[in-house]
Amino acid sequence: MSNPIQDKPNTGFWGSLKDSPSTDEFIKGLWRDNPVFVQVLGMCPTLAVSNTAINALAMGLATAFVLLMSNILVSSLRNFIPKQVRIASYILIIATFVTMTDYVIQAISVDLHKALGAFISLIVVNCLILSRAEAFASKNTVGKSVLDALGMGIGFTFALFCLGAVRELLGNGSLFGIPFFPENFQEWIVMILPAGGFFTLAIWLIIFNATKEKRATT
Amino acid sequence: MTGTDQIQTTAPGNSMKMLQAMVGIGIICALMIVLTFQGTLPIIKKKKAEALEKAIFKVLPGIEKTKTFQLDQNNNFAALEGEGQEGKVAYAGYDQDGKLVGVAVEASGQGYADIIRVLYGYDPEKQEVVGFYVLESKETPGLGDKIEKDPAFQANFSALDVSLADDQSTLKNKPVTVKNGTKENPWEIDAITGATISSRAIGEIMGASTEYWAPLIHKNKEAFGLKANENKQK
Amino acid sequence: MLNRTLNISTSPHITKGIGTDDIMQNVVWALLPVAIFAVYSFGMSALMVLLASVAACVLTEHFLCKFSKKESTISDWSAVITGLLLGLTLPPNFPVWMAFVGGVIAIALGKFIFGGLGYNVFNPALVGRAVLQAAFPVAITTWYPAFLENRFSTVSSSTFTMPFMEPTVDAITGATPLSAFKFDHVITPASDLALGLITGSTGETCALLILLGGIYLIARNMMNWRIPVSILATVYVLSGILHLIDSQAYPPPLFMLFSGGLMLGAVYMATDMVASPITPLGVVIYGFIIGLLVVVIRIWGGLPEGVMYAILLANAISPHIDNLIQPRVYGTAKSVKGS
Repeated sequence: MSNPIQDKPNTGFWGSLKDSPSTDEFIKGLWRDNPVFVQVLGMCPTLAVSNTAINALAMGLATAFVLLMSNILVSSLRNFIPKQVRIASYILIIATFVTMTDYVIQAISVDLHKALGAFISLIVVNCLILSRAEAFASKNTVGKSVLDALGMGIGFTFALFCLGAVRELLGNGSLFGIPFFPENFQEWIVMILPAGGFFTLAIWLIIFNATKEKRATT
Repeated sequence: MTGTDQIQTTAPGNSMKMLQAMVGIGIICALMIVLTFQGTLPIIKKKKAEALEKAIFKVLPGIEKTKTFQLDQNNNFAALEGEGQEGKVAYAGYDQDGKLVGVAVEASGQGYADIIRVLYGYDPEKQEVVGFYVLESKETPGLGDKIEKDPAFQANFSALDVSLADDQSTLKNKPVTVKNGTKENPWEIDAITGATISSRAIGEIMGASTEYWAPLIHKNKEAFGLKANENKQK
Repeated sequence: MLNRTLNISTSPHITKGIGTDDIMQNVVWALLPVAIFAVYSFGMSALMVLLASVAACVLTEHFLCKFSKKESTISDWSAVITGLLLGLTLPPNFPVWMAFVGGVIAIALGKFIFGGLGYNVFNPALVGRAVLQAAFPVAITTWYPAFLENRFSTVSSSTFTMPFMEPTVDAITGATPLSAFKFDHVITPASDLALGLITGSTGETCALLILLGGIYLIARNMMNWRIPVSILATVYVLSGILHLIDSQAYPPPLFMLFSGGLMLGAVYMATDMVASPITPLGVVIYGFIIGLLVVVIRIWGGLPEGVMYAILLANAISPHIDNLIQPRVYGTAKSVKGS
């Protein structure tokens, strides 16, 4: 379940998915198959740009946008793309939307673009997007792919926000740039450094897995 | 990847299909990128110019209008028209009467983490630095990045003495960073406690840059003033 | 154990083996003079820091054992050592709450997460300090001068900062010999360094006491002497060569040897039995790497002190050192190609 490589499309998790109602396509990305906490995909942006809540949200939304658009295009072209060149085509499609996102973010805010830096361009190699294109959009209808992308995108944004909020609270003493603690609060600088990203992700994973285990046992 | 599909030898018709697919997708993608680029280009340019303008207004207090000048080969300043800010540029700022307040120039140098880029304002009349703004830095958050926000550190640059020596081509005293709390002379920069390396980097950047720019700007200060009046008459 | 009755038996005649707790206890005894000197030179503030870090380590160890339903392992004294070592690497005016946080991190993240004593990849005390250094870079580099008049009656104003609050910066701060060298090019005489008449972390001041403790442990065969010797020799030789090349730019070797946390690190931290290599040659390579890194970081790095990072990095590669120079098993071929 944690390995979404598509060897056996008709057995196991992916097989059972076929029979489930379409709402499930949306819900699964939020929690049960959360891209960060369960699939552990797209770690590079997760760790690198989740240092403040705003950066995390912006990164999550940018990724969700690319994911949604590429899923739509891939699933609508799925009968047109020959199997042999599908990966190249997917990359081409994803790269296009990433480039577009890059320009749009620059137009929205130069500061935000500076804060996200190279990681916008790096959305193109976010394995979450390619894995959804390959594992889902290329095999399903446009409608289902939209639901899948929305679920996964929101799940990814939610996970990034979870990290970003904790890191900004401890590392900056603020949330969305608004001071949260008394004035002489001691910031935990490590939290906004890369190391803090690993710590926070580990703690969220512990919480996630602990709740899951509890549910499984009860 | 499904193994059986890969083993199949590609028939001529099949490769045509592949070509069609790739070219088709390529054309769609190229179109989308070009459209977005064209649509966002003016906005991005405007935002970037605004950001620079805001920085210039910050380092030259009390200005109303800015103008870009370019340094040519003969070390003369000429007003820069339109596009293409290549080479060394300086931004002159004028108050509401069109009088020259100061000239803002960019400087950069190695900081603790990466290159620090700063913009500072130089007043050729008073012969001092009147404002300072960090354009880009990746200094350690909470420590080195205090160079951007720390009010006490910023205060160093509200009147940093860079008077010229008698020969008009060098500085009398090059700006230098000193240990926190030991600033005695107007050309010294008081370091931030705990961020000695970043503070020193700024001192070095400012020292090297003012040594180069201050004599040049001072020598050519008429050039800036003239252009402003010309503009006003237009 | 001694048997009550006369016992005639064949060899081996084992009477009593040295257990982990014996060694650990002896390390604590060897560390005590250093801790006492720290309290003597920095006063009550240093005592508070040491107590906080030791208490945090012991409590964390106890509760984590309880939490994972194991028998509490605090009786093996290793948590006390971790706490003492952590406290000795902190500035004497370090806020008590931060020292406590450091102790919790040292045990939880540095030791328990790997499976407890015997499984830790890194020296736990240094893990705690590394996190503190990254989290509170200002507090951990604000130094307090030694031998203040009122050091036994008052504590530094930052010692009892409210938890999670920023410490107030003391009016009186000092510069360590290493930062004085790095930023102002002042060289403190080696005799002051050796006797501990300087500013610095609580325990990194009196080099002679640290050496004495180390010699005691080596004499009782409770410490691998090759590690401190190879580290110190590497630092001495490398900085000696540099000093010969340019005596203006590079500090004298004795200054390098006695300043900062090198002594404490070389004698008590690099010798962590779990995190260092096993083979004699491996240990020497390990010591050389630490010494090299210390010199490189101190002279060319952005930080004035690099012993902590040097040891942590060497800890990380020590299993690989063991792998690389694995001794040939007796009776096997001399070189096994392609295996």
